[in-house]
Amino acid sequence: MSQAQSPELDPRALEAVVAQVLEEARRAGATAAEAAASRDSGLSVNVRLGEVETLEYHRDQGVAVTVYMGQCKGAASTSDLRPESLREAARAACRIARFTTEDPCAGLADARLMARDWPDLDLDHPWGVSADEAIERARICEAAARERDDRIVNSEGASLDSFRGASVYGNTHGFLGGYITTRHGLSCSVLASEGAGGMQRDHWYTVARHAGDLEDAAEVGVRAADRALRRLGGRRLSTRRCPVVYAPDVARSVIGHFLGAIRGGALYRKASFLLDHLGRPVFPEFVHIHEQPHLPRALGSAPFDHEGVATRARDLVTDGQLSGYLLDSYSARRLGMETTGNAGGVHNVTIDAGEQDLEGLLREMGTGLLVTELIGHGVNTVTGDYSRGAAGFWVEGGEIRHPVEEITVAGNLRDMFMNLQAVGRDVDRRGNIRTGSLLIDGLTVAGE
Amino acid sequence: MTQALDTARKHLLQPAGLTDGDLDRVLAVLCAPGLDGGDLYFQAAHQESWVLEDGIVKEGGYSIERGVGVRALSGDKTGFAYSDDITLPALMEAAGAARAIGRAQQDGRVAVRREVTPRDLYPPLDPLGTLDEQARIRLLQSLDAEARRQDPRVSQVIVSLAGTHEVVMVLQTDGTLAADVRPLVRLNVHVIAEDGQGRREQGSAGGGGRSGYDFFLEQDRGLGYAREAVRQALVNLEAVDAPAGTMTVVLGPGWPGVLLHEAVGHGLEGDFNRKGTSAFSGRLGERVAAPGVTVVDDGTLEGRRGSLNVDDEGTPTNHTVLIEDGVLRGYMQDRLNARLTGMPLTGNGRRESYAHLPMPRMTNTYMLAGPHDPGEIIASVDQGLYAVNFGGGQVDITSGKFVFSASEAYLIEGGRVTRPVKGATLIGNGPDVLTRVSMVGNDLALDTGVGTCGKEGQSVPVGVGQPTLRVDGLTVGGTHQS
Repeated sequence: MSQAQSPELDPRALEAVVAQVLEEARRAGATAAEAAASRDSGLSVNVRLGEVETLEYHRDQGVAVTVYMGQCKGAASTSDLRPESLREAARAACRIARFTTEDPCAGLADARLMARDWPDLDLDHPWGVSADEAIERARICEAAARERDDRIVNSEGASLDSFRGASVYGNTHGFLGGYITTRHGLSCSVLASEGAGGMQRDHWYTVARHAGDLEDAAEVGVRAADRALRRLGGRRLSTRRCPVVYAPDVARSVIGHFLGAIRGGALYRKASFLLDHLGRPVFPEFVHIHEQPHLPRALGSAPFDHEGVATRARDLVTDGQLSGYLLDSYSARRLGMETTGNAGGVHNVTIDAGEQDLEGLLREMGTGLLVTELIGHGVNTVTGDYSRGAAGFWVEGGEIRHPVEEITVAGNLRDMFMNLQAVGRDVDRRGNIRTGSLLIDGLTVAGE
Repeated sequence: MTQALDTARKHLLQPAGLTDGDLDRVLAVLCAPGLDGGDLYFQAAHQESWVLEDGIVKEGGYSIERGVGVRALSGDKTGFAYSDDITLPALMEAAGAARAIGRAQQDGRVAVRREVTPRDLYPPLDPLGTLDEQARIRLLQSLDAEARRQDPRVSQVIVSLAGTHEVVMVLQTDGTLAADVRPLVRLNVHVIAEDGQGRREQGSAGGGGRSGYDFFLEQDRGLGYAREAVRQALVNLEAVDAPAGTMTVVLGPGWPGVLLHEAVGHGLEGDFNRKGTSAFSGRLGERVAAPGVTVVDDGTLEGRRGSLNVDDEGTPTNHTVLIEDGVLRGYMQDRLNARLTGMPLTGNGRRESYAHLPMPRMTNTYMLAGPHDPGEIIASVDQGLYAVNFGGGQVDITSGKFVFSASEAYLIEGGRVTRPVKGATLIGNGPDVLTRVSMVGNDLALDTGVGTCGKEGQSVPVGVGQPTLRVDGLTVGGTHQS
């Protein structure tokens, strides 16, 4: 099979694309403009039951331009980077700006906030893995899962992906910057079955900027198998109120709901249950949540945000008090504040870990529910009402007693945050939000 | 040649000067010995969106996307490459990469073309040409005004409008040639209401379909969405904590059909059943629902959001019976899974775009009407929940556990609908939830055209529907324990 395609990614070429589309926007009458261009290539393979199932070559590119005609805004995007298409996109954006209404808060981020002399964040580590090597590694991963136990009866396969992409942002302040990132991942999903008790499925994955930082392929398979096996014999619970430990990979979503509530867009629309909470306690005093945009090799690192604003390390929650919002320049102007460099999202949000591992947290909980999977979308950011489908384990005397399924966990996020009892040191670093297990008191579990 | 095919050639092939001979050269690469063929999927789409907020048209956007996906098949193996550059060299390179799956070396012979006559479910129009910009903006403004006029407690109104014009063309190595021109429009109103004592709640309504923007002006549909969003937000301002526990649930007609989509729909997709990973695998002919329950997937409904003249593999869509009078009758198939399992094609091969592989996906999935008057169904329940509006849902197709989240619900007490309760997630087990359906209403309704289904990272527009249903025993994930 052919070598993985990795055409040269030249940020200079993308810089030229951005410069051209900005120039076209100016020509079409824009008083200010900003643009982002990207180009990615990658390979993904899936191996199922020992055989290759899919082999996919990815190659994507695009440019998005936003123009301002005074205080009126318009946007356009295209996957075609030829000069005539760039002109067309710039003109389309300007045409739209003629129909939008003047908005005093619209515009580029302030020029003085643009990033300068940013550090190399060590985000580009091409792997150059061939299709054959990728297939072999996925095969090892899946085989380890299937050989783990006779009760592993079926598989959705193991997948290996490797991507490399360049992105460039520029605006009419004269800012023009770009960088290259890589992302490699391996995942495995298998089914376990025992007797007439039905099937259970679970998965595990590893992801990193550098292939050398990935977990061992066989280990990923073994973890996927163990996760599926431990769910066998799941029962329901009767409806009750009890404490809950969220395992790190699902705890991430709880922190995600907090971030959703302090986003500028939710705040200026008064669509957040944490409205007007700046400087007020939102978590217990021991909690420290902060953003670390410049962590080398981390998945959420970025030298500047989607408006060219320099990112910087900052606190979101200090001693339990809300100490920072997540703002872009528009929401900041709406709130009479300054952007926090969060146009496009957050960068490596971390909740400081405590002393205990998961076992320690379960002992502290004593009797309650360990949640290892959440499904559904039952979260209302306006009110904080929270109700999600869950699966996990019933815990008594600090020890896991049996798997549980077909239950919901519910509460109000504001109360849940205040009722956070402990953060584990079992931190999951596979994403943009880094947290250990979370022990939260007083949720309602609905079941039989 | 069909009109759609004519349009597709003009949009997709002519700009690059591609001829039928060129396409045969590419297909020949996929007809190599050791391969079971493959397909080319050309797509060109343009889309626009407008957002009104705080009473002003704040944002507008326009995007163009075009490209071609090349797939090679060998047994149950798939090789795939795509390009946003529709030219012969790019096509040949993609085909060469895709066919590596079969370790093929030589090119093969291409079958004779067979043009598919597509259905005629929607006009081949470009929605962006159906109302001029001023009229679109007036539409947004009229909805904002209508929402605010309903009640002084309305504090925030966000109206969003989107239109897409998509042209696709599919060529299979077996000679199948099909094209489709697919308009799609969507309008949504989101409101926040405040009660003056610090409580805020939201409501949301919308709709759309495969037509032009005038759809929203007909029968005052757009204004109806504005009124409906406000009504929901005001109901929620009065809502008390939802109950927690297992109880009788009455589901309203229309969009609550998301129950079917999650509980049984995904589990009946051909890929999961071929692989034996679905809780429904190997259960054809078995009882999976109560007598009187018939569920279909139907891509042939005129103008519907989930409808298609042909699927993304060139197969005309179908009315497929999934469950008939409670018995499992069929799965939804794409070409790969139908071939590997020896089952008939159902026209359910769909993909998000040229850059994604097709898979079996739902179109419009709904339950047929039964004999009961909706009032009679509610009156039959002593204590329970009446849920009429939902957000999204999700399913684990292996364990069968599914959830869907109510956004408007009421208590039923003594056979009457009483207090509104806060949104809550409902959870159940797909293979047995429909066996607990004890009454089916006579009021079948389809949703207003808002659904988007996600599977393996790919989103496609879908429809759902059902009559009022009584389900004896669903778990309601509220916070109030009785």
